[in-house]
This record gives sequence, C-alpha cells and structure tokens, in this order.
Amino acid sequence: MELTLWTYEGPPHVGAIRVAASMREVHLVLHAPQGDTYADLLFTMIEREGRRPPVTWTTFQARDLGSSTAEMVIETLQGACERYQPQVLLVAESCTGELIQDQPGALAKGAGLSAPVIPIEMAAYTRKENWGASETFYQLVRGLLAGQVPKPGEERAPRSPDQAPSVNILGPTKLGFRCRDDVVEVRRLLESMGVRVNVVAPLDATPRDLLRIPEADANINLAPEVSDLTCEWLRRQFKQPTISTVPLGWGATRDFIAEVIETLGLDIDADTVGESRLPWYSRSVDSTYLTGKRVFIFADGTHALAAARMARDEMGFEVVGLGTYSRERARDVRALASEYGLEALITDDYLAVERAVTELQPELVLGTQMERHIAKRLGIPCAVISTPAHVQDYPARYSPQMGFEGSNVIFDTWVHPLIMGLEEHLLTMFRDDFEFNDDAVPSHLGGEGGGAQQTDNVTPMNPAEPGAVAWAVSAEKELRKIPFFVRGKARRNTEHFAQEQGLSVIDVETLYEAKAHFSR
Amino acid sequence: MSQVIARADADSMPSVTTERGERAVFCGLTSIIWLHRRIQDAFFLVVGSRTCAHLLQSAAGVMIFAEPRFATAILGERDLAGMADCHEELDRVVSELLERRPDIRRLFLVGSCPSEVIKLDLANAATRLQGVHENRLRISAFSGSGIETTFTQGEDQCLASMVPDLPAAPEESQRLMVVGTIADIIEDQFRRHFAQLGITDVDFFPAARADNLPSVGPGTRVILAQPYVSDTVSALVKRGAKLISAPYPLGIEGTLAWFQAAAAEWGHSPESVQEALAIPIARAQKSLAKARESLQGRTLHFLPDSQLELPLARFLRDECGMSLIEVATPFLDQTLMAEELKRLGSEVSIVEGSDLDSALARVRASRPDLTVCGMGIANPLEAEGLRTKWSIELIFTPIQGFDQVADLAGLFARPLTRERQLEVGSWS
Repeated sequence: MELTLWTYEGPPHVGAIRVAASMREVHLVLHAPQGDTYADLLFTMIEREGRRPPVTWTTFQARDLGSSTAEMVIETLQGACERYQPQVLLVAESCTGELIQDQPGALAKGAGLSAPVIPIEMAAYTRKENWGASETFYQLVRGLLAGQVPKPGEERAPRSPDQAPSVNILGPTKLGFRCRDDVVEVRRLLESMGVRVNVVAPLDATPRDLLRIPEADANINLAPEVSDLTCEWLRRQFKQPTISTVPLGWGATRDFIAEVIETLGLDIDADTVGESRLPWYSRSVDSTYLTGKRVFIFADGTHALAAARMARDEMGFEVVGLGTYSRERARDVRALASEYGLEALITDDYLAVERAVTELQPELVLGTQMERHIAKRLGIPCAVISTPAHVQDYPARYSPQMGFEGSNVIFDTWVHPLIMGLEEHLLTMFRDDFEFNDDAVPSHLGGEGGGAQQTDNVTPMNPAEPGAVAWAVSAEKELRKIPFFVRGKARRNTEHFAQEQGLSVIDVETLYEAKAHFSR
Repeated sequence: MSQVIARADADSMPSVTTERGERAVFCGLTSIIWLHRRIQDAFFLVVGSRTCAHLLQSAAGVMIFAEPRFATAILGERDLAGMADCHEELDRVVSELLERRPDIRRLFLVGSCPSEVIKLDLANAATRLQGVHENRLRISAFSGSGIETTFTQGEDQCLASMVPDLPAAPEESQRLMVVGTIADIIEDQFRRHFAQLGITDVDFFPAARADNLPSVGPGTRVILAQPYVSDTVSALVKRGAKLISAPYPLGIEGTLAWFQAAAAEWGHSPESVQEALAIPIARAQKSLAKARESLQGRTLHFLPDSQLELPLARFLRDECGMSLIEVATPFLDQTLMAEELKRLGSEVSIVEGSDLDSALARVRASRPDLTVCGMGIANPLEAEGLRTKWSIELIFTPIQGFDQVADLAGLFARPLTRERQLEVGSWS
C-alpha cells in the first residue's frame, strides 16, 4: 500500500487506450467498472480530440458481480464488433476487472467475433501507463506480424538499388509530448535525406499499416517508453536495425542524422542536412546571461536525458538536479547523472521532487505539469518538457521538440520564463525601485513563474526549516537587498554555512562570509 | 435494452424508461473534489488503485492545491496476494498521513471498486483506527466506488456516514437542516432569506467544519439543497428527522417553492413567503431576461450524469422557454423527485440509467440545440456540430437561489451565444 497524492502516470490500461486512440480501425473493449470511463476526457479535453477514444467499456456495477459480468463482456464484445467493425479488436481489463477474473481475452476468443482479437494482460497492480502503452503496441505488432516472421537463419534480402531507403517511425502516441508535431518534423528531416517513411505507428496507423512494417530497412525508436520493446522484437525477428538516437536537441539531431546515414548506408554529407538557429542564438552575446544558470530537470526518461544534454552543452546552464519517474529508464538516467556529478532522483513521489527543488533552489525548473506547479509555488521559473502535461501544452501552433526546428522551439521555451540579462542587472542595482521589486512580476511574464504565489491555505510542505540559527535584524535586512530570484538560495546557503561553523546568530558578516564560501 | 417500467399516474407524470448498457459517468470518488473544499478540516483517503488516484487528478483538472486534502492509498500486489495484511498496511499509511497533517479533524476512509471487490472492511478499519487515535479526530468510512455509486452519490455516502455522529437534538426544539453541499455564498444568502422569514434555527449539512456537526432529532425538519442525498435522508429520518417535500432551489419558481415548503413548517403561508422575498424575486426576474432570449424555443437533451437533470430541465423549460427532447438521469429516486416529476408532467420523457451508444444515436437523430453531457463526450459532439454544456460545471458553480438564476441560465446560453458570435469556419 502506497500513499499517493498526485501521480505521474496513470494505470496501464490508460496506456492501452493511448495506443488504441492513436490508431484507426482498432477498437478496444475494456472490462471495467462504472466510473473508469473518466479516461475518455484525457483525450477529448486535454488533447481536444474531436472523437471519443475507440473504447467500449463494460461498466459493471455491484449488482452485476457474481452473476452476469462474464455475459456483459460477451455482449459488449459483440456489440462493439457489430457497431465499429474494427480490423482488430483489443481486449483488456482495468484494475477492478482484473480482480474479478472473468478472463475477457479467453471469452473473446470463444465468442465467434467477426474481428481478429488480441488480448492484453495489464498487470494493473504492478505496472503503469507507459508500460501499458508499450505492452499494447508490442502485442499488437507481434500478433499481426507473427505469420510473417522469417525462419531462423533466413537472411534479409538486400534493398534493391532502385528502391529508396526507408524507415518506420515507431512510438508516437496521443497524449505523448508534442508527438503530433514531432512526427511531422522527423518525417521532413528524413525526406530531406532521401529516406522514405514507410509506416508511422501507433499514431494514425491502421492494423493493415502495421502489416507493412517489415518492408522498411530500419525502425526509428522515437518514443522508447512506448516502442523499445517492439523495436527490439523487430530487430530480433526481422533483422531490422533500430535507430535509437532520439533527435531531441541540436546535438542529438546531428547524432540522429549520423545514425540514419550509418544504418542505411546513405551517401550524403551529414553537415548538409538541415539547419538550426540554436547554435547562433546560444553563442550570441545576448545569451551570456544564461551561463551557469542552475537548472533542475525531472521528466520521463527520454525527455530528462535529452534536456540534461541540451541544458549543459547547448544552453550553457548548470544542471543541479536530474531525475525521472520512468523506472524503466532509471539506469540510463543514473548513468548520465553521475557523469554530471549528480545523484539521479528516481521516484514517482511528487513530494520527493518538491523537496529536491526546495532544497536546491534552482533558477529554472524543466519538468512536467507537476514541476510547473512546484515551481509556481516556490516562485521559480519553469518550462514544461514532458508528460504529464496540461491542456496548454497541447498547443494550437506547430511546436515540435524534435529535429532542428524542435531545438529552436526549445531554446525559446526555456529562455522565455527567465528574467533577461539587463533586467536582472537593473533589479540588482535598484532594488527598492517601486516598480522593480519582489511583488512586481518581470515585465515579460504574465504571472507564470513570477513572485512566489501561495495558492492554498494548506500547511507548507516543510514547516520545520533549520531552526537552530537565528537571523540578526541587520542581516535579515541585508538579505532583502539580494534580488528575490536568488534570495532563497542565499538564505539557505547562509544557514548551512552558519550551522557548519557552529554559529547561533547570522549577522551581516556571516552573510558575506557565506557568499565568499560558496563562490569558491 | 430499454423497457418502460413505470407509468404511474400516466395522466400527470412523466413516462420513465430504464436503460441498461454502457454508462459514461464518473464514480462517486469524484465527489471528493468538492467535498474536500467544503469540509475544510477533513481529509479523504481513498483506499484503491492507481486508477482512483488518476481519476481524482484528471477530474480535478488543474492541480491547484499543492498538497490536497485527499490522497489514495494504492493497493499493490502484495496487498492483494495477502502477503501484507491490508489492515496493518492501512494503519501504517494512516499514521504516516496524520503525522504529516496534524490539522486534520476528520478522516474519511473511502472505499473504491478494488477495495469493495476484495471485501476490505473499511468501516471496521475506521472503528479500529478511531480506537488508536481516540480524541484526536473522528474517523469514518464510506464507499465512493463505481460499482456502488455514480458521481454525486459519493457525497450521499459521505454525508450518510456522518449521520451517526450527529449529536441528538432536544425533543422540543424545531430546527431546519439544509442537506447537500452548496457554495458558501449560497449558504449566506439562504440564511438571510430564512432570517427575513423569521427562521433562524437553520443548520447546513455538511458544514464548513466537520467538528461542527448539526444536531438531529424529532424536531429536525430536513430540506434538500441537492437531489442526490437519498441514503443521507433515510439515515436522518431514522434519527427522527422529518423530510420536507419540495422542488429544488433552482430557478425562481423552484427557489420560491423551496422556501415556501420550508416556511410552511414554521406556519408561514405561501403568500407571506412570496411577499417577504419579493425583492430578490423581482431582481431575479429582471436578471433572467437576457439569457432567456438566447434559450427561448431552443431544444435540449440531457445525457445522464449529475442527478440534477430533472430540476434543471424543469427550470430551463418553465422559466427559460426551452423545449425538452429527452431528460436522462443515472438514477431516479421517485420520493426525492416527487415534486419535480409533478411539475415536469406527462409531456416529458425520462430515461433512467444509460446505454451510451443508443443515447448518442438519439442525440444525432434529433440534433438538439443543446446537449448537457459529461466532459468526455462534449468535444466529440461539438465536432459533430452539436452545442453542449458539460455538467460537472453545474456542480462546481453556485447556481441555487434567486441571485444565481441568471448565472445558471447563462451557463446554458453561453454555448449558443458563442455559436452566433464566432466567424471561424464551420463547427461541424
């Protein structure tokens, strides 16, 4: 039993819905109690979908238990098949469905349905949403392609010279972070290299499209949380190589291009493919103030890894915290964190992340909707880089994260919440300015990430601050002269310093001693 | 899957059809979203699955509260396999929680589908935990599971679980108890109106603080601010309270009749109530005119969701001139809806329960000007060129009483106004 306030991922059957809702001509029957249909609104409200997810729910109630739930499953399956006539019918259970052990997969196999059935075991009490999406996609691909698997030892026929090299883009789904635009951007990039995109899946694919997956020369593992398992199976069974660099960021996009060239044996110069404004924007003097900005990163595995590299190598930030809620990616994130001299934060406890942010007092938080919320409370600027995301992170405009255009978008997205260079200097110099003060929000910020906003009257997270050290009035006054966006860090550092030195009172001298100590 | 079950008093009552099939409704856990704002010293601990936690945060939409006064104790495989004693685990989680939140005065253990199916006895657990934490806070249990409750019925179960804790009222004193969560501003307005009628012995249940419970006894007169509190009413009646039959305080007519029904218990005539409330009534009539222009003559279909459908339908037809195509409700309590059924009359067709696909087929066939529905369905209907109003907003917005009449009508008028105003391509 685990105490949870907010969750980063939904249950595994929500992952199954994401795959079904991404595709066409697929229908999912979920054996689930009344109320589980709330999941529909994730798609129709957060992503503003104009159609209901292709899901029919049994929505059983207490009066059905023990007598008729198995009949309900069969009726629901038959009704869904008749009404929607899918190319493939997926069958799964939510957490409560799993407990009543009707085995809808087996029922479906015996129900004489007109559509082929692929049952999916969801493991609701051990797994989560991304696992559910990955498992569903894998079972779907495996189920459809099982008949096409070449015999052991059979070699893949080489591509005929008159055929363009081709790839599949695997992994993008509904409710993924900017998947809609990333697919467009990556496709554009590949086509500019003379590479044909054979199948994109799950997003907008039909089961018939999946049958054509083996025709491509390689698979692009675009959303490893969803497509890792499938790519690995295709590599083993169909000898299709996996292109595993995710083109998130300028450097990663260049690595991606190099990997595509290498994997497909293309005869083109990587340096001639595409161009990005990020390198110049980052090198221009205006960006000097970005140097060493302390950033905290928490996201799904893929976006956390990519953001860390971008933050350090392409923006010139200092990464002071790095973590993920994707336990499946824990090893990769730990490895990168240790390369950065950090200990990775692997957790799905929102409060643990909040404690880390509070402790580190970064100048910028890159995270999910949860971290946006944490940052808002602490008055720290924030940009959202990963799911779970809010409706406003499914924007109307074209806003990819991947490829060169994606790196342009990310540059803007990360810089906008910050207080710009000259403004920062002015704030420091004229701190009692009646317009430029703690309560005035930076001119370019419409409230987001401005002065600390307390939105609730609940008990603060960490009521017990280090209490042993007292602030002299003069030191407290001096502290007020430090700009508000670094004051939290200064206060904390000074208190740590005083504790280390065994001081009971902080005076003005202590404040500057601590400043010197920490700027070593 | 439909059959007509009740056609009682066919001349004057609506026909009621029952449907069984897919139900696109929230479960009772959703009630926690407004209950935890209303009862400010309470904490709601759902004992359930990751789905329950995910529902709460998805339905709450934005996470406005850093540390909300609700949480989920997520059952893991160890709990289900019996390797961990669920009750010991629950005790541990509750201790952890109370350590973090010493401000809590009432803890609700909330049952969910998984906890009901594995027959985890939360009432028993509440009694045990009450023994451990004795005077520090009250602990009780109720079910918000989807197999037991639909959406607003979660509030009913919560309130019913508190009824045994209500102190006994002295026999002789007659007091009014208003049952069902309403906004603070409405409570204040209602208190003022009651005071104008000379009725000051008024309690609201639930109150803003769980340690400030109203008393109940044979002198208690219960009137309902919300229609979905069937079990709470039964529990109160068992403790001697008397239910006042009334329509719900939605719209001018509903609100007036509601005050008249309450005041009759204090010996006031309907005319005297109307006279005493003449000023707010006149104000409400004036304020309603604009929204009525948008709504007059437009057709309306209610998909089943909040149990507010009948009183809303009555208001929108009688006071806004809308024409009702179908009024569906997830669950119909004939007693608590008696006054509404009478007013709706035999012209109206009511559907109890749901079979989603056939209901949507009827909506598509009749193409109403406005469809009231759950959040998951609204955008897909809009994409088919149909205007909608999502019903959860009706629960989160102050809509009862005279001074909210225009706001209430405005919620329905806005989608239609927007349709007229926008010049950005076709909706469908």
